[in-house]
Amino acid sequence: MSDITKLSLVDTVNNIKNKSISCEEVTSAYIKRINKSKKLNCYIESDFEQAINKAKSLDNKSDKNKKLFGAPIAVKDLFCTKNLQTTASSKILKGFKPQYESTVTSKLWDQDAILLGKLNCDEFAMGSSNETSFYGNVINPYRNKNDLVPGGSSGGCSSAVAANLTVSTVGTDTGGSIRQPASFTGIVGLKPTYGRCSRWGIVAFASSLDQAGPMTKNVKDASLMLEVISGYDQKDSTSSKKNSENFLNNLSKNIKGTKIGIPKEYVVEGMSKEIQKLWDKGIEICKSLGCEIINVSLPHTKYALPTYYIIAPAEASSNLARYDGVRYGFRSKGNDLIEMYENTRGEGFGREVKRRILIGTYVLSSGYYDAYYLKAQKVRSMIKKDFDDVYKEVDAILTPTAPSSAFAIGEKTSDPISMYLNDVFTVPTNLAGLPGISIPAGYDQNNLPLGLQVIGRHFDEQKILDISYALEDEIKFKASIEDWWINE
Amino acid sequence: MTITKDTVKKISKLSRISTNSKFEEEMIKDLNSIIKFVDQLNELNIDKVEPLSSVVNEKATLREDEVKKMNAKNDILKNSPEDNENYYVVPKVIE
Amino acid sequence: MNNKFNYYLKGKKGEYEVVIGLEVHAQILSEAKLFSPSATKFGQEPNSQVSLVDAAMPGMLPVINKFCVEQAIKTGLGLNAKINNFSIFDRKNYFYADLPQGYQISQYKNPIVGEGKVILDMPYGTKEIGIERLHLEQDAGKSLHDQDPNNSFVDLNRSGIALMEIVSKPDLSSPEEVSVYIKKLRSIMRYLNTCDGNMEEGSLRADVNVSVRKKGSKDFGTRCEIKNMNSIKFIQQAIDFEAYRQIELIEDGKAVNQETRLFDNKKQETRSMRSKEDAHDYRYFPDPDLLPLKLDSDFIENIKKKLPELPDQKKQRLINEFKLSSYEAGVIISDKETSAYYENVAKNSDYKLASNWLTVELFAVLNKQNKNISDSPVSSINLAKLINLIKNNTISGKIAKTVFEEMVKTDGDPEKIVIDRGLKQQSDPKELEKIISKILENNGDKVKQYKSGKEKLFGFFVGQAMKETEGKGNPNLINDILKKMLK
Repeated sequence: MSDITKLSLVDTVNNIKNKSISCEEVTSAYIKRINKSKKLNCYIESDFEQAINKAKSLDNKSDKNKKLFGAPIAVKDLFCTKNLQTTASSKILKGFKPQYESTVTSKLWDQDAILLGKLNCDEFAMGSSNETSFYGNVINPYRNKNDLVPGGSSGGCSSAVAANLTVSTVGTDTGGSIRQPASFTGIVGLKPTYGRCSRWGIVAFASSLDQAGPMTKNVKDASLMLEVISGYDQKDSTSSKKNSENFLNNLSKNIKGTKIGIPKEYVVEGMSKEIQKLWDKGIEICKSLGCEIINVSLPHTKYALPTYYIIAPAEASSNLARYDGVRYGFRSKGNDLIEMYENTRGEGFGREVKRRILIGTYVLSSGYYDAYYLKAQKVRSMIKKDFDDVYKEVDAILTPTAPSSAFAIGEKTSDPISMYLNDVFTVPTNLAGLPGISIPAGYDQNNLPLGLQVIGRHFDEQKILDISYALEDEIKFKASIEDWWINE
Repeated sequence: MTITKDTVKKISKLSRISTNSKFEEEMIKDLNSIIKFVDQLNELNIDKVEPLSSVVNEKATLREDEVKKMNAKNDILKNSPEDNENYYVVPKVIE
Repeated sequence: MNNKFNYYLKGKKGEYEVVIGLEVHAQILSEAKLFSPSATKFGQEPNSQVSLVDAAMPGMLPVINKFCVEQAIKTGLGLNAKINNFSIFDRKNYFYADLPQGYQISQYKNPIVGEGKVILDMPYGTKEIGIERLHLEQDAGKSLHDQDPNNSFVDLNRSGIALMEIVSKPDLSSPEEVSVYIKKLRSIMRYLNTCDGNMEEGSLRADVNVSVRKKGSKDFGTRCEIKNMNSIKFIQQAIDFEAYRQIELIEDGKAVNQETRLFDNKKQETRSMRSKEDAHDYRYFPDPDLLPLKLDSDFIENIKKKLPELPDQKKQRLINEFKLSSYEAGVIISDKETSAYYENVAKNSDYKLASNWLTVELFAVLNKQNKNISDSPVSSINLAKLINLIKNNTISGKIAKTVFEEMVKTDGDPEKIVIDRGLKQQSDPKELEKIISKILENNGDKVKQYKSGKEKLFGFFVGQAMKETEGKGNPNLINDILKKMLK
């Protein structure tokens, strides 16, 4: 088989199970391609020797029933992986080798997946373009005149899946970090309901918003990955007691009669005609599949981003206090403890991370708490209520994933607000804890992929997977990447 | 509300992040534009709204009072930049 | 007894009252820590009881220990306090070497226990001290600063152990009341088994808020907080020093600064902790890793049902059951072990004598040997036996003291000691009559003097009789016989 790395996750595993290919062949094919794809800068750490050894041992294993048998998978560098450097793409965690494995990644290895390595991302997942990484920006396999960003913060993930450098991956999504990069690279990205997947062992950004989820080549793969990584974990107090479900087996293209909401507030200023056209196309397909289209209102949508940019930095300022040079990672010099702290954190964090720590510290500080943090938590209640109300009428909501296609590297780095606006369609779901999925839905005039987002009720991932599966079947999106970066 | 140089210095100190004047200038600009952006929330009347305490309405998980055996010292000190006789070592704390 | 309270401090320009409030930090007795499954034993090798959570490794999350919640509720009930079925864990953000997360998980606006009260038995009557709140929080690790000139050493064994912070209202008015208050809290928690109250090991510590005001004034002065005290004696000394310092400032027309101070017990003074003042802004906010703690009424009721007898209840029962005075009962119930000891003795002998022997004789020995009742050299069974020997006239009270001395040395069985040493009381009237008539014969002149009115010679004859019986003569019988024969 010449194009092993082009296979979907489900096909790869099936091919291994029916012995068309061996685990070792698959893993070697990926390693070979990864080695030739350094230009994209997706991988920041790898363990190929271990990967090949595991592949060999799986080939000798008689029980090949596990759900991800032999699938070579790299994960976002936010997941702690035992004995393999984990940095969250930050200098401050340089050299850190966790003595534990995150719950989500252990679930992958428990299903006989093979760890390839760690994927680049924005530093501490703070960014929408993968440009804040200490390890440099990732390049999108799609390009026009310029090199483009792969989206962020899970940019190494999106680029790696699109460029066939991992068969699937898990990213994390705090305000759109799975869905926006999926949209920028023509892949599927699913942010599950808050609490669906354990956060244990994932480097925290904003605890009340963070959620791990799959990034895959298609909807079936996403369903399979979700059923593997979800489930209650007693080590995470916020993880839901709900059991995982058989999302893949239950997947159905029959969405006749489904009520789909179209929120008028998602028509935002400056959104391109192409995005509106894509959205209209999605609506038409839903209608043709027998869905009922209902115009709905989410009146506080406009306030989602300002709310997010108070809550997320506030939580981050506290979550990142543990990076102090005492117990792990980078330590700078200092004549006394305080000086050591200040130098370590001053040199160890990049500018975007420092900016958010400072904003977060400010909105929590004495005299400002009520005006900012408390107010934001109240508005967050209103945003959640908007969704609760709408879900009395509809089963799911259809929107674009991002207001634009992938932009050029460096294009938005000078103005934090213009960068933040990228997440305008994805942030509300995080604030409300809802599941959302982005699927590739077409190309813009520059031949860059664009995504559509389906948002569901709490814990109703099956519904949004079904809708996406039906849409995917109709849209028939074809990746159009030439291997321009390959270095033989 | 505006962020001044003093504000940047104060919150940098609270956050234990070293600064220099270039950084401070950048932050004054960035933080003011972010604050202006989030000040949009002032348009809303929130008097009667309860702050959100969790998005999922589940109860906190409670753990039983059981000790788990672990290879603590190894796991804990393995990554430390400096340790001595099982203590973490840090530059002198000035009280 | 002095029935009126007066603790006024004299300044140059008048008398002052001192107003004291306490924040007591009590380590909860539990196997595992508040948010992690590591052990809580004291005095282990450094960093040997530290989990990934306690060391704040990336991605680690806290999970609440249910038993610690129960312990806090029990303590709250012991303080006659309101238990809140909705409480929230907040993060208190600050940097310190022994605070690995960079924040302490505590409870700020919504504590698990609300207002309550504690009753103090003072020589001038009972006094009620209001409890403001009790909340749960994590303890910090420990930093050692004197091992090395350039470095500090950090041990995280203590990091994450559950603490209850018990905040009193500013109802305490003297160092003596503070001492009684702390002992009372400790006693309640020991009865409940929620905290061992060991101040030397730091499982009970206090921050003391002190202010002064003119005698009779109802306004509060500016207070200072003396941090991290772990000895009742030092707390009392610190309060006195601090109160006089504030009086001096006021009389000199200077302002008292609201600040955190540290007590130096060698210099016997408090000094400002400027490092603590350094722009402290804790940026409390609800910990997003923990959902609000919601307790069912059933959960609280079940704990209430299983609550053991508390000191105040036990005191009332001892007064009713054993007719003890309020003072005696108060002394006996002050700690759980003493009251258990007393009840053992009282139930097996005579409750009145039991109280005397325990609070006078045994307490004196324990004091001298610097021991607790739990390591008493005399067991409760043996003390009961001794009291029974007095009651059934086997030995006199005086001989009993000799026997007791022997018991202290050997924890011997008093019955055996009496037999071995031939200390049994001589209570045979015929024998005693013989001895006494011989004494009267030999002292004819004194008998004459007695009969002619020198009645105080009676004591001489008793003394002679005791001497002849080597102290074993039954004193009541000797008296009776003498009176009869000297008629």
